[in-house]
Amino acid sequence: MNNTNQTGISVFKENLKSIGKSFSASFLRSGRPISDRSRAAAMFNNFFLHVQGVKTHINTLRPGYTLGLGFASFALLMMTVFTGVLIMIYYNPSIENAYNTVKDINYVVFGGRLLRNVHKWAGEGMIIFVMLHMARVFYTGSYKQGREFNWVVGIALLVCTFGINLSGYMLPWDQLAYWALVIVSNIIQSPKEITDSLGITQYFDIGGLSKELFLGGLHAGKESLTRVYLLHIMLLPMILFIFLGIHFWRIRKDGGLTKPEHFVPSAADTEYLSLPEKKGGIFTTSKTYGLMELAHGKTPAVGKDVEHEVLSWPNLLIAEAALFMLCFAGVVVYAFFIDAPLKELANPLIPENPAKAPWYFLGLQELLSYSAFMGGVGLPGLALLGLALAPYLDREQDHVGIWFSNQQGKKTALLSLVVGTAVLIGILAFAINFGWFRNWWPNVPQLLITLINPGNIWVGFMIIWTVFVVRKTGSTRMGAIALFTMFLVGFVILTYVGTELRGPNWGFYWFKSQWPPH
Amino acid sequence: MSSNNHDLPGVTRRDFLGWASISAVALTALSVFAGIFRMSKPTVRYEESTRFKIGKPENFPAGTVKKLEERGVFIFSGDDGLHAISSVCTHLGCIVAVTETGFQCPCHGSRYNANGKVIGGPAPRNLAWLEISQNVDGTLVVDAAKEVPVGTKFNLYA
Repeated sequence: MNNTNQTGISVFKENLKSIGKSFSASFLRSGRPISDRSRAAAMFNNFFLHVQGVKTHINTLRPGYTLGLGFASFALLMMTVFTGVLIMIYYNPSIENAYNTVKDINYVVFGGRLLRNVHKWAGEGMIIFVMLHMARVFYTGSYKQGREFNWVVGIALLVCTFGINLSGYMLPWDQLAYWALVIVSNIIQSPKEITDSLGITQYFDIGGLSKELFLGGLHAGKESLTRVYLLHIMLLPMILFIFLGIHFWRIRKDGGLTKPEHFVPSAADTEYLSLPEKKGGIFTTSKTYGLMELAHGKTPAVGKDVEHEVLSWPNLLIAEAALFMLCFAGVVVYAFFIDAPLKELANPLIPENPAKAPWYFLGLQELLSYSAFMGGVGLPGLALLGLALAPYLDREQDHVGIWFSNQQGKKTALLSLVVGTAVLIGILAFAINFGWFRNWWPNVPQLLITLINPGNIWVGFMIIWTVFVVRKTGSTRMGAIALFTMFLVGFVILTYVGTELRGPNWGFYWFKSQWPPH
Repeated sequence: MSSNNHDLPGVTRRDFLGWASISAVALTALSVFAGIFRMSKPTVRYEESTRFKIGKPENFPAGTVKKLEERGVFIFSGDDGLHAISSVCTHLGCIVAVTETGFQCPCHGSRYNANGKVIGGPAPRNLAWLEISQNVDGTLVVDAAKEVPVGTKFNLYA
């Protein structure tokens, strides 16, 4: 370039030499992130990063506030997609080949077992992390102040997570898969319990119709596997990613993560954050500002350090990268040592004894053992409805962004935990020791059992306890905390009972070693 | 879509067309959804027929119980005739086993008496009694899709 007598060839040579530099300049758009300005540009000029804000509130970056649960769920999701696509290279969704191809993946394909294990454990890990993320959002009151709809989107994502896990469980077409499919299809059919009691099944068999649509026939067979496969790899992931896009977009639109109204940065914050070069934000105390005509909502409060925000590059990105690496390492190590289960080929003649759904549905299966309709459709439907409506029924706007809102919230959660645990264990102990209506009066009509059974009594108690808390404290937020705590108690205890304490014929055993030979 | 022409009674053309288009869209969407559901409800089932032959009556001497595993039925034979009871638990579709007192389901502990009546556990219905009939060639046929009232026996000589 300094040579004015350059020939075309030498220009071309120069271009060729600097191809790396010029490509990275075209790729990065705003140059290397070496100043606050270019760090900000790096965020909003990058397709993948612009989903996140240029600046992040310090509260969001405190590990103890979010615990990284939402991002961990996303990291696990990415791992399931990655491994899922790879094991699809060998998997064949037909009842003749499905089991053999999964066996090949497990025992023959290079790295297949590790990929399948990672796929399995990252997927099931999502259930745990999505539930914990929901609990974090709930207990910090983050379903408030314009985030009501995003909470509902989150519930939809929870349902998708369960659905994708469950449909994936059925694909290996082993005994576990087959009998889980049979049980799930009959749960789908369980409205029949109601229509039978009312005597209208022959005119309006909604249960039977739903089961047939799900299975593609009257029995679990080749058509069923096609449909479950379709759900697992196409329909549910599509819905999940659409909702996930909305979920992320709404986080930004709803003003980022929640934070306490009176946020005070502590000295500890500065230890792991890199602070902006210029302190105090764009506002100075020497001037007055009027943004009322320009800005929606509250106008910036002049004088105090309005933002408490630091640049997302590098603060947020480092945290996310670290979290992703932690999740990745955790799942890979777990998957290296612990294999995803694979039983013998599906055999429609011999049910597993006990025939259990995957662990995350065993709480429901415990409820199912009282009434198929209430356990499979009624109570989970009620729980989802209750969760979805929580932000619309509790509209108190204070104490947002603080774990358990205040001292009273902590007390309410702890009390609900203790009372709920005691009551639920009491109900279960009673049902396990003394049975239920049919053991006492063999001729009792089914409708009475559908309406009054241990599961319904537990949910009834949850509601009564919530009403009691709302009356006692005069706060719907306290009621919501009480109800949600009871929901978590129910999920954990019922899942534990269904997983560990139920043996052959769904009998009660303290230890698996006590199971009778069968 | 309110009208500013107050002279005309009834619905204005603008309102009418507006509602007509909305209705057309709604109706189309509804038809499409109904069509999707009808389309995914199988017209052809790749399954075995619910009617199946179980052999000659002589194969079932009085006082025996035969389990036809692949068909999911028990054939009971007594002095007063034959009857078929489904082995599919009415709770969640597991296969019940015969016990001294009747039937027991391994999945959620439903128990039935010898007539298939629920006596314990979560099962919402009794085990189905299935129709037995005889072909012209003398073989017996069970139809798993046809329930008969409890106590209905198939008797060759009745």
